[in-house]
Amino acid sequence: MGLYSEEIRNITDKSTEQLFEFAAQDEDQAEKIGYSNYSYWRSTWQSFLKNKVAVTLLILVLALVLFVLIQPYLPNQKSPTEIYLDPDTGYQARNVKPNEDFWFGTNSIGQDLWSRIWAGTRTSLFIGVVVAVVEAIIGIAVGALWGYSRKLEGTITHVYNVFENIPTIIVLILMSLILRPSISTIIIAMCITGWVEMARFIRNQIVILRDREYNLASRTLGTPTSRIILKNLLPYLISIIMLRMSLAIPFAIGSEVFLTYIGLGLPVSEPSLGNLINEGRVLMMSPDLRYQLLFPSIVLSFITISFYIIGNAFADAADPKNHV
Amino acid sequence: MIEYIWKRLLQSVVTLFIIVTAVFLLLRLLPEEGYLGAAADKMTPEQQEIYLTNLGLRDPILVQLGNFYIDLLRGDFGKSITYRTDVPVMDIISDKIMYSLTFGVAAVIVSILIGVPLGILMAQFKGRWLDRLGTGYIVFIVAVPSMVYFLLIQVYITDFFNLPMLFDEDRPITWVLPLISLSLGPIASYAMWMRRYMVDELNKDYIKLARAKGVKERTIMFRHVLRNAFIPLSQYLPATILLTITGSIYIESLYSIPGMGGLLVDAIQRQDNPLVQALVLIFSSLGIIGLFLGDVLMALVDPRIKFGKGESVR
Repeated sequence: MGLYSEEIRNITDKSTEQLFEFAAQDEDQAEKIGYSNYSYWRSTWQSFLKNKVAVTLLILVLALVLFVLIQPYLPNQKSPTEIYLDPDTGYQARNVKPNEDFWFGTNSIGQDLWSRIWAGTRTSLFIGVVVAVVEAIIGIAVGALWGYSRKLEGTITHVYNVFENIPTIIVLILMSLILRPSISTIIIAMCITGWVEMARFIRNQIVILRDREYNLASRTLGTPTSRIILKNLLPYLISIIMLRMSLAIPFAIGSEVFLTYIGLGLPVSEPSLGNLINEGRVLMMSPDLRYQLLFPSIVLSFITISFYIIGNAFADAADPKNHV
Repeated sequence: MIEYIWKRLLQSVVTLFIIVTAVFLLLRLLPEEGYLGAAADKMTPEQQEIYLTNLGLRDPILVQLGNFYIDLLRGDFGKSITYRTDVPVMDIISDKIMYSLTFGVAAVIVSILIGVPLGILMAQFKGRWLDRLGTGYIVFIVAVPSMVYFLLIQVYITDFFNLPMLFDEDRPITWVLPLISLSLGPIASYAMWMRRYMVDELNKDYIKLARAKGVKERTIMFRHVLRNAFIPLSQYLPATILLTITGSIYIESLYSIPGMGGLLVDAIQRQDNPLVQALVLIFSSLGIIGLFLGDVLMALVDPRIKFGKGESVR
């Protein structure tokens, strides 16, 4: 005690007016006070960039999408549906192993696998992205209403129970039998069954958030419901919505593979990763022909894994708790 | 609680009624040639008409629906039309059910025994190599279509160990690969959720308090964290177990197991309405019962959850 007070006294003794001086009034500095240049999306993007694996995969996926889009216009590309003939024998060039002419070989009726794989990737990516976006839109809209409105709760819960318990497979099969297999049929069938899970997911989150104090305050101040949902609730959910969507794309592509497997996928004339894998599956028992399954599987796995990892990284980055 | 159970049961019956009726009506949207099967070409249009009339398809739709429910109340699920003509659908189903149930329950047990401890370890060593390895596995299983790795397992592992490729009831060794393949997915999902819930739980304040008070790490893990982390999982458990009887389409067809997997798909494609309806009724009842038992199990594991009057449900 004594020691410290001694020191303090010394300091007070030494302090004179000279040690202090008035700072000049600086208009620019004054403006900066109380203003943080925090921007949600910029911070999200910055923390996303810190995840090197995800960034690399994002660049690769963007490159793949770009490549798939321009591939048909590149020189020396073959048609994905034309059946090629062997110039020596005049027969179909069946099961040709990868060579400089057919980079990934040909399939069992002599179509070029290289171009079929990229055409298939185009189809499957298109299906996956459309389904994920539609699911997100319908799922979020229904889920938000379901969670927020107490009047609608009973009705939507009942609709949910019915949708949830009719086996998905029945809806998918009936849709494809009634509408005939095509890209739009597959998209419609998957959207009909896919939004349900998303809606329930959003609903549970909204229920958790809706009665927090800041929402009560908003309501007392007369904020319209739509604004509460859009500005108070949904921003909290961006990260988990992102995560769900990143899972929806692999899931949609996987469902397409499944539908093809049970014979309800796209017609063979419409190459997709689903029917390429299905063609490859049949040939799996002969070791020489396994390349026909491996190539599409590798492309498919690369796409699905990348989307999953990118989505996860983005979900982490979108959570403001992780922002600096 | 009892009142709640009655209410739930009543609701379930209504839901079941809507589902079965909806499926019944949806099946009527299918083209009629399907009912004739391969015999369609041999029949004259008159014969076809007589055949369809005998099936009852010419009655007004409400009469058909009524007959279906009257038979159902008597416990009669009808006879198969095209899958195995004139065989009672219950015979077809009961032949297959044991295979799917055995594999399914075994797979649930295996995946809990491996998946749950894996998730616990991952949470305990969060950010270390075990966690990364487990995450890699989960990413792989979630993102790669199951058919691809099922096929690779079947082809390459049977090759490597020189095993028979197809299922043979009397040779126990042929049970192993289908079982492993069936468990890979659930292991990943148990590990993923277990890890998530454990990590969330470990961050809570009461755990910090327990640590500060010097409670042993083992006690914290098993007494507090594990029990709380298991609550959300317990809700899905009964449904998961009950629904194993639906079988796995991929696995059962890859290894030629005569189980239920694909039976529904086959039945719908062959337009065997009685078989489809029986299956839908069974599957959705099991789904609903599973959900209900899940709620009960959850209430048992966590005494704070109550399903009485005035309390929120789920």
